[in-house]
Amino acid sequence: MWRVRVCLLISIFSGGALWSLAQRGYTQSEIETGAQQYAANCLRCHGPEGDNVADADIGHGKFRRASTDADLVRLIRNGIPNSTMAAMNNISEQNAQTIVAYLRSIASTAAALSALPNGNADRGKALFEGKGTCTNCHRVGANGSRVGPDLTMIGTQRRTVELHRSLVEPDVEIVPTNRTLKIVTRDGSTITGRLLNQDSFTIQLLDAKDERPKSFSRSDVREVEFLTKSPMPSYKDKLSNQELADLISYLASLKGQANP
Amino acid sequence: MIRRGVYIGVFMTCCMLLDAQVPYDRIVRSTQEPQNWLTHSGNYNSQRYSTLSQITTENVKNLELRWIFQTRSLEKFEATPLVVDGILYTVEAPNNVVALDAATGRVFWTFTYTPAEASRPCCGRVNRGLAILGDTLFMATIDARLIAVDAKSGKELWNVAVAKPESGYAMTLAPLVVKDKVIIGTAGGEYGIRGFIAGFDARTGKEAWRFYTIPGPGEPGHETWPANSDSWQHGGASVWVTGSYDPDLNLTYWGIGNPGPDRNGDERTGDNLYSCSVVALDVDTGKLKWYYQFSPHDEFDFDSTQVPVLADMEWQGAPRKTMLFANRNGFFYVLDRATGQFLLGKPFVEVNWATGFDAKGRPQRIPGMVPTEQGTLILPGNQGGTNWYNPSYSPKTGLFYVPTWANYSSLYVKAVTPYEEGKTFNGGTARATTPNGIRTALNNFAKEDEGYGAIRALDPHTGEMKWQFKMTDVTDAGILTTASNLLFSGGREGYFYALDATDGKLLWKFPVGGRVISGPMTYALNGTQYVEVAAGNSVFVFALK
Repeated sequence: MWRVRVCLLISIFSGGALWSLAQRGYTQSEIETGAQQYAANCLRCHGPEGDNVADADIGHGKFRRASTDADLVRLIRNGIPNSTMAAMNNISEQNAQTIVAYLRSIASTAAALSALPNGNADRGKALFEGKGTCTNCHRVGANGSRVGPDLTMIGTQRRTVELHRSLVEPDVEIVPTNRTLKIVTRDGSTITGRLLNQDSFTIQLLDAKDERPKSFSRSDVREVEFLTKSPMPSYKDKLSNQELADLISYLASLKGQANP
Repeated sequence: MIRRGVYIGVFMTCCMLLDAQVPYDRIVRSTQEPQNWLTHSGNYNSQRYSTLSQITTENVKNLELRWIFQTRSLEKFEATPLVVDGILYTVEAPNNVVALDAATGRVFWTFTYTPAEASRPCCGRVNRGLAILGDTLFMATIDARLIAVDAKSGKELWNVAVAKPESGYAMTLAPLVVKDKVIIGTAGGEYGIRGFIAGFDARTGKEAWRFYTIPGPGEPGHETWPANSDSWQHGGASVWVTGSYDPDLNLTYWGIGNPGPDRNGDERTGDNLYSCSVVALDVDTGKLKWYYQFSPHDEFDFDSTQVPVLADMEWQGAPRKTMLFANRNGFFYVLDRATGQFLLGKPFVEVNWATGFDAKGRPQRIPGMVPTEQGTLILPGNQGGTNWYNPSYSPKTGLFYVPTWANYSSLYVKAVTPYEEGKTFNGGTARATTPNGIRTALNNFAKEDEGYGAIRALDPHTGEMKWQFKMTDVTDAGILTTASNLLFSGGREGYFYALDATDGKLLWKFPVGGRVISGPMTYALNGTQYVEVAAGNSVFVFALK
């Protein structure tokens, strides 16, 4: 179904590598903004890979109704009559251009996926709940821990290349909302957990030990530190290519079902 | 003795009822009646410093909530109220005026105004407050109208068009009343307006004078716009924060917004006067006395619409009438407000677009630090080192206090935006340089190196920072200082707090449960000092237990 080339993926998502993917002069800034615009305006229908809508795969660089980037901008803003593609004239021309920049960038990424075998979601589910011990931290539907990010809808939120990167290089990008905080209180207790909120006087986190939301007054805290490494281990050498493919296939299938 | 005091009190009350509430003389001498708050910034010098001192650094911990007024609006609450003899007047955004009992928060009356659908303020349907003269309140509206309302009944007295909202003109500031005139300025810089400041007859609403913030052909300064071009006609230079006034010099001072299009100056070569400047106008005629331009040919959206704070101080051994100005561009300035002479410029946050100033006070630009198609990282970022948030100067401590965004940058991306009347005219965009989503509406996941808010106390003689109070999130809150060395402010985190103005130490805080994006103020009634702040969608008023 999908294929991944590991080495290329690492370079794609590490810092300025996106620059090298810029199509037709698109900058990293434009691509990143386009990713945000896509997530806000397009993802719900088109999905993270751009291939959710039948006969309207926009994630692989080939467009039936547009040959130039200007055509794409017009399509985004004006819509397609007699189709489910409504006019998105709330998107400025500049932002529409950044969406095009993002689509061009994911197309080049998608074209590069060729190293891993086809994945099987059922086998991936078994790995997720068994050998991978993923449920020790992650939750899908009603099963698993709340300490790590909830993955119930991860298939609608992240592209397969991003899922793969998270599995093999979990430290490369930690989404700000998933940052892990370490707190040492004045009485010497150490608490780590997922940051929920913070302000000048208080900190709220989900304690990794007991999954309870806890609030601390900064005046009661001796040390506060964001962990730079993800608590998630790398599965690069823990799983075979086939197992990685199966696991990613399962994660990509998670689109909100309560208990798949 | 007591009986005579009562009689005098009754007599005074009758006089106030019979006569106009707030003649000009009272506003000029407003520092003599600190129990009231008669202008947007408290008085004409805009120091936001009160001599009320019942609340002290020792007893501030005993502040308690006295009342809350919840508005019917879900818009951002940016207004500072007026308080006149026990009545608090404020604005429910966008443009409803409310009169409240300042002791209890109960409503006397509401004046409801629905702005025209054509109104299109760039950055929120907001209002920052009112002005008063006699028995009349004045409100500038987001559909660019000036409205006079009877302060006793809440009835409309007159309502005049100032500019065309269809073209992008809007008004969000509190007017400034001086003598018999109501002075306003027009927002709309993001729509390619030609900004202006204007004085209106307070009795009739008839326009008395107008000062265009972009000079027309034949006027001095017009040469700072390209010849044979109409760029000056839609060059922005908006005015959206209330100015100040010096009665001795008879000059009113206003900060002017950025030129348009915001981030692409290719079609508007030159310094683009009087954008990003402060202007000193004769209050009777609107004629320009002097100007100082903070950011010539700006391409960073560095509006200079901050409040000009007027302070009389010793300057290098001699008394001087100065203006203190912490600018969105990241520099703190001291000017001679009689002449406009540049006295001091020093960064108060991280700045990477200029190294300093020449002898005349012109910033020395760093080559290459301009918006580009790829994006250029500029410090401070698009919201500036500070912005419209009211600063404060305390003559008691001698310090100038600035709401600050520290460690903050934007990626400035240039584009071509043709002018089209009433459409956004921005010439590009400014993008976040730190991960988006780290500050959601309610939750904050940011690290300090991704930017933070602070109150910074500056020594105006040197520009040196004496102390800072860091906040985890950034701040849009103004500052109030008092003669008892208290500093009140808040921030996006939803706290209202008091600091020791001498060292920044936190003395008291209250979780107001909504972001503070207004300037706090104080007043007194029946022997009790109150402190007011708008937060979320409500007015909160505190006093000692």
